[in-house]
Amino acid sequence: MVSAAAVANRAPSNGLGLEVKNLSHAFELGGTSLPVLNRIDLTLQPGESVALLGPSGCGKSTLLRLVAGLETPLTGEILADGQPIRAPDPSRILVFQDPTLYPWRTVRDNVALGLQARGLLGSQRERIDEALAKVGLTDFRDAYPRQLSGGMAQRAALARALVNEPRLLLLDEPLGKLDSLTRIAMQSELIRLWQQQRYTSLLVTHDVEEALLLCDRVLVFGNRPARILAALEVGRDYPRHRNDPHLVELRQRALELLGLGSSW
Amino acid sequence: MPTSSAELSRQGTWRSFPFWGTGFVAALCWVAFALYSTEAPNATRDWPYTQELANLSLGFAALLAVIALLPGRFARKLRPAGKWLVVLPILLGLWQLATAKQALLPVPFFAPPQALLEVYAEDWARLAESLLHSLWLLLNGVLLGAVFGFVAGISIGWSQRIGYWVHPVLRILGPVPSTALLPICFFIFPSSWGASVFLIALATWFPVTVLTWSGVASVDRAYYDVARTLGASQRFLIFRVAIPAALPHVFVGLFMGLGASFSVLVVAEMMGVKAGLGWYLQWAQGWAAYANMYAALLVMALLCSGLITLLFLVRDRVLSWQQGAVKW
Ligand SMILES: Nc1ncnc2c1ncn2[C@@H]1O[C@H](COP(=O)(O)OP(=O)(O)OP(=O)(O)O)[C@@H](O)[C@H]1O
Ligand SMILES: [Mg+2]
Repeated sequence: MVSAAAVANRAPSNGLGLEVKNLSHAFELGGTSLPVLNRIDLTLQPGESVALLGPSGCGKSTLLRLVAGLETPLTGEILADGQPIRAPDPSRILVFQDPTLYPWRTVRDNVALGLQARGLLGSQRERIDEALAKVGLTDFRDAYPRQLSGGMAQRAALARALVNEPRLLLLDEPLGKLDSLTRIAMQSELIRLWQQQRYTSLLVTHDVEEALLLCDRVLVFGNRPARILAALEVGRDYPRHRNDPHLVELRQRALELLGLGSSW
Repeated sequence: MPTSSAELSRQGTWRSFPFWGTGFVAALCWVAFALYSTEAPNATRDWPYTQELANLSLGFAALLAVIALLPGRFARKLRPAGKWLVVLPILLGLWQLATAKQALLPVPFFAPPQALLEVYAEDWARLAESLLHSLWLLLNGVLLGAVFGFVAGISIGWSQRIGYWVHPVLRILGPVPSTALLPICFFIFPSSWGASVFLIALATWFPVTVLTWSGVASVDRAYYDVARTLGASQRFLIFRVAIPAALPHVFVGLFMGLGASFSVLVVAEMMGVKAGLGWYLQWAQGWAAYANMYAALLVMALLCSGLITLLFLVRDRVLSWQQGAVKW
């Protein structure tokens, strides 16, 4: 149970350190203010992998959008390596809940988006094929998004993010649309990619087991406006096993925190 | 099962002799039309070019018969048109019957098909010149209107400051039928040609602007978010996200603009420009040369349809990523 130490013992990471301080956010909805996040505090060490678990509509995607810099928080601060986040930056990449591939671009051109936007397409073209290979879409590089299955589209979106070699990867239910078999395969894939590229990872998921298998730490959110109810340290090496009694116990605790303790 | 295998082999031999029945029937119909044109007695007078018309349809019939008998790529391409190739000579025959043969329709106003052939043979130079004039005028006006409409639509959709100034102009000027401005424009512009280009451009500009604008406005916000997190600049967001996403709308606007430009073209040519198909129509009517009118109308129909077809071809190429778009 020494996660912080375990993180420190890993190979050096080029990941981003993230600090969220006293963050609150609200939306305007039908003339009234809808509070979504309530005084969130959280810290991610460089290279750490953290999962956010919480009921639907509690504000998880909103938190990721704030960290990505797509929205400005109402109050509070978000620091990336000590610098306040004001705008989106390619070092922090968000994989959206929907794949949102551009329908007018082939898979390859979708993956090329980030390099093209930053004018790196000429010099780093080979990275596109590498990223496509990583997610197993080499054979579909010339397909259009409408020709992909839901899971393939999700993987293409992942490749579009990875090709930029982000220092912080924000994943919003990246496996939510996959069937359970592809899901299991992609979970190991995500672990492998994370271990290989050493980025900091913040993963939103509905799946308690997934959170426990993939991440160093699992933060459980309460109902909207979201607060952090508990932080569960996993403290196990990879690869982990679903039936590990420690993980089973943690799962029970997470479900209890989410108000679903009796359903198991 | 033995029966099914026998059936299969029979089908096989049937397939290996791809005789095109419909094509053959069509050829017979064209022969019948030729014979009816030359042999049946005329009601009021003899028409020149009747023999030439018959020769043309006989030639076409022979071609069809050859295609029907010989298998080949061309036959396969023509096959879907088979039923039309049968119906067409029948319709022509009815036309012949109603005009030259029985004079069921009042004679000076309705010309038989051979009269149109006569016009094409005798007056082709003037028709061709008119066609080129119309095409040139249309090209200038439509291109101008399309370019300005596209730019205006993108600007309004993108920038609220530009929208503030362009939007009211669009709302007031856009819905006015361009033809209503014709008299003023002929007065203001130094030449009637310039006035016509302006009006055609205006007629094209309005739908292109509105639809480009709505296209840009309806782009999914998430597309911008994706590009922004990947480090896209404003320029990139406009040229690589907003414009490609809006293109399907833009093509609808171009289609509507092209349609509007046709009617402005004809009216402008009838009222001021001393050339073009519209002028030819007016001129033919003035001389009670009704056959010339029909001939010019047919050319005009082919021109308009051809231009729309061209537009759809371009669209199909540009929007090949789209699925199930309307086929023209
Ligand atoms: N742009 C917006 N305008 C107004 N309200 C919004 C907006 N975006 C999100 N909300 C509201 O904020 C709340 C939290 O939304 P969010 O998308 O963060 O939920 P979530 O935790 O990601 O849910 P899920 O797990 O279902 O994806 C919701 O109640 C939603 O209605
Ligand atoms: Mg969400």
